[in-house]
Amino acid sequence: MDLRFPKEEPTLAEVQALDAVLGESHVVEGWQRERGGAHLAAEQRPQLLAALHALQDRVGWVSPGGLGELCRRLDVPPAEAYGVASFYAMFSMEERPSRVVHVCADLACQVLGAGALLDAVQAECGNPNQTGVPGAWQPSPCLGLCERGPAILVTEAGDPAHEAVIAPAIATDVAVALRIGPKGLGAEAPVVAAVPQAATPQGAAELVLLKRVGVVDPTSLDDYRAHGGYEALRAAFAMGPTGVIREVTDSNLVGRGGAAFPAGRKWAAVAAQSVRTRYLVCNADESEPGTFKDRVIIEGDPFSLIEAMTICAFATGCEQGFVYLRGEYPRALEHLRHAIDTARDRGYLGTNVMGLGFAFDITIVRGAGAYICGEETAIFNSIEGYRGEPRSKPPFPVEVGLFGKPTVVNNVETLVNVLPIVLNGGPAYAAIGTAGSSGTKVFCVSGAVANAGVYELPFGATLRELIDLAGGVPNGRSLKAVLLGGAAGSFVRADEIDFPLTLEGARAHNTTLGSGVVMVLDDTVDLPTFLRRIAAFFRDESCGQCVPCRVGTVRQEEALIRITLGPRSAAQNEADLTILRDVGRAMRDASICGLGQTAWSAIESAIDRLGALQ
Amino acid sequence: MTSIYETPVGLPRRAVSIQIDGEEVKISEGATILDACKAHGTDVPTLCYGDTLDPVNACRVCVVEVEGNRVLVPSCSRKVEPGMVINTDNERTRHSRKLVLELLGSSVDLSAAPMVAGWNDQYQADPMRFGESKTVRQPVKVDNDLYVRDYSRCILCYKCVDACGEQWQNSFAISVAGRGFNAHISTEFDVGLPDSACVYCGNCVEVCPTGALMFKTEHDMRVAETWNESVQQQTTTICPYCGVGCSLTLHTQDNTIVKVTSPHESAVGSGNLCIKGRFGFQHVQTLKHN
Repeated sequence: MDLRFPKEEPTLAEVQALDAVLGESHVVEGWQRERGGAHLAAEQRPQLLAALHALQDRVGWVSPGGLGELCRRLDVPPAEAYGVASFYAMFSMEERPSRVVHVCADLACQVLGAGALLDAVQAECGNPNQTGVPGAWQPSPCLGLCERGPAILVTEAGDPAHEAVIAPAIATDVAVALRIGPKGLGAEAPVVAAVPQAATPQGAAELVLLKRVGVVDPTSLDDYRAHGGYEALRAAFAMGPTGVIREVTDSNLVGRGGAAFPAGRKWAAVAAQSVRTRYLVCNADESEPGTFKDRVIIEGDPFSLIEAMTICAFATGCEQGFVYLRGEYPRALEHLRHAIDTARDRGYLGTNVMGLGFAFDITIVRGAGAYICGEETAIFNSIEGYRGEPRSKPPFPVEVGLFGKPTVVNNVETLVNVLPIVLNGGPAYAAIGTAGSSGTKVFCVSGAVANAGVYELPFGATLRELIDLAGGVPNGRSLKAVLLGGAAGSFVRADEIDFPLTLEGARAHNTTLGSGVVMVLDDTVDLPTFLRRIAAFFRDESCGQCVPCRVGTVRQEEALIRITLGPRSAAQNEADLTILRDVGRAMRDASICGLGQTAWSAIESAIDRLGALQ
Repeated sequence: MTSIYETPVGLPRRAVSIQIDGEEVKISEGATILDACKAHGTDVPTLCYGDTLDPVNACRVCVVEVEGNRVLVPSCSRKVEPGMVINTDNERTRHSRKLVLELLGSSVDLSAAPMVAGWNDQYQADPMRFGESKTVRQPVKVDNDLYVRDYSRCILCYKCVDACGEQWQNSFAISVAGRGFNAHISTEFDVGLPDSACVYCGNCVEVCPTGALMFKTEHDMRVAETWNESVQQQTTTICPYCGVGCSLTLHTQDNTIVKVTSPHESAVGSGNLCIKGRFGFQHVQTLKHN
């Protein structure tokens, strides 16, 4: 492979930024590349995403000179690196102001007034994406701060780069953030504010997975141990790998990311592989609008995730784990990075975990603004330094996953469930909840409720009970509908909320729990605008690989805009509804991955159950 | 991908028994559903499938129903399993194929893709039904004398990227860039081909199914409306330049070479050529002065 690099030179700042993440420059030239080149290049490729982050963080965009230098160092073809960089929303391929304010325009914030905020920001700060100014603002997809929207994220490139969030935000906050940047902004609300149950003793007593959030110091390993930390890992070592898998299987734990696949079966399948090298991937890329549970767990109790991953790695024989953390979570990144470094320093990660001869370590991979990278195979491509496009299944990740090796890929919430399972035994865990849905579930309640936040309940509570627990619909308003499962989920009507929030209960009511999104809409909701936002979300987030999703999400949005915004005859509307149904069915049947397959679900349920678009 | 290096000379393969549209079919283990359909004589349309490339199953026009699967599966990449019950032509597969043709046809110029018009009739696809809608229409990129890139015709089948990259040429001059409907084939920062890593082997042109990549000679003749495939002759011969001996198919119109392809079944190059064989034909027809 004889690569050709852009003729533009990198700036000193770009070289330094790459030095910091890749080490001092040691460009492999000429004959050296011939000798070890292909092998070396394959090893270096997974550093691509981190190197792109380094450039973006330092100078605010990915310039031709910077990209060329990166490609020289990593031996990556420039066209491929450009293809990867341009895939992610957080990387700018054009020069832009170093300070950027991302104003959430997504579903949960929309219920809380994001539309008015965007208008006010436009009036006060001018148009989005202006150039030639110190700071620019832009509308953003969900920032995962749904319990306290409308939210903004402020980023500033530099050495070091800074990030901060403000939620709830007003237009003045955006103006101030544009003027002074993230450094001058006030402190973020404490993590525990997102867990309303923790405010009362009886509420706190119900918590299992969230019990340490707000109780322990998330930066202290000693405090974590003082609150029961690492007891589960000790127990796991005592029962051995097969013992752990037995307990997880007996617990009937299923994946919490949305697909509800039995965790024990996945672990057993990886453990049974003959290939020695295996990987563990923790999916912390929660980007489903209205989902923020993983953020709360990582921010409030990061060591629990590290302990749970170590147990999983021990059970399945993985030596290397990855946490794929969504890019818009500055505090979660800080807490998790600190926790991993501390655990490694103290012998809880590394070549000899707890002195027992077991080797395991964790790398954080920071996402860069792509919802699709939460898909279980797209996440592999992203970690490997390729475009985050889903792979074709079969083969499944348990056989051929990250770097082509058997891989366990589990959501954050799924993994932390393993701690009580190992401590109390699988059967005890299976006794919680219902026959078909065991354990507790963390729900992300947002929108028109008095106390939005994450709520942890044993499976079996009804949707009405959950909404009541969150204080119900405030200000004398009445409930209009609930969006379950986020943009990829479906709506239920106000008169349908008495079913139990279990896998089987949701299925019986022809809906889904998904990742646990419960977005409450009151009678003031502007349903057409809300639906257009869902359509716009999928159009933005489609990776573009397969035709049904790439073009279908665009045609879906166009038809929705025509129906809801244009003066239309009944016949025209009928034709567009037919287009919606035809396109939706093809997306569901023929798309490669879950994104396209569910891109029509919420809109379909709005038409069929809420009577929208009539 | 089949090449001389992968000629199956190992142990004999087991036969797998499957059902296609109600009929029992035996096919060797490791074959795809598409292989089985071809062997059985069942017609399945394909667009992004390339006979010399790994399937990317991106276009989804070849989807079939495999009983027990929640969604339709791409026949080009899905391997057969014993006992599979496959429906290639029921209402569900016809619906998805029709919609794929409509969605593609509404956004991309498919006029140079030979099979599409027939499929539109077969599946009663009406690409115009979406009315005024977003397309990938854009000017033709003409930045060199050998081939042009008309991305208004591009269906993003990834074949050119794969042929340029690790599957054949190892030049890596192009990649898919952007995301969603804005995804497109691009060099780094969209620089012109002369500034890119392109070596003008034209192997991307060879695999392009829709005429998005085209010999400049063909493009110019189409613009001048002199392109006429019905009077063209195809002559397969051996490339005279070096000792490798690649097969060439010379396409001639009015006794002039207008483009060069290479037979995909050729064991020497599997349809691949270098710049000399692909584009170096002018000396054959430059007439001697006096």
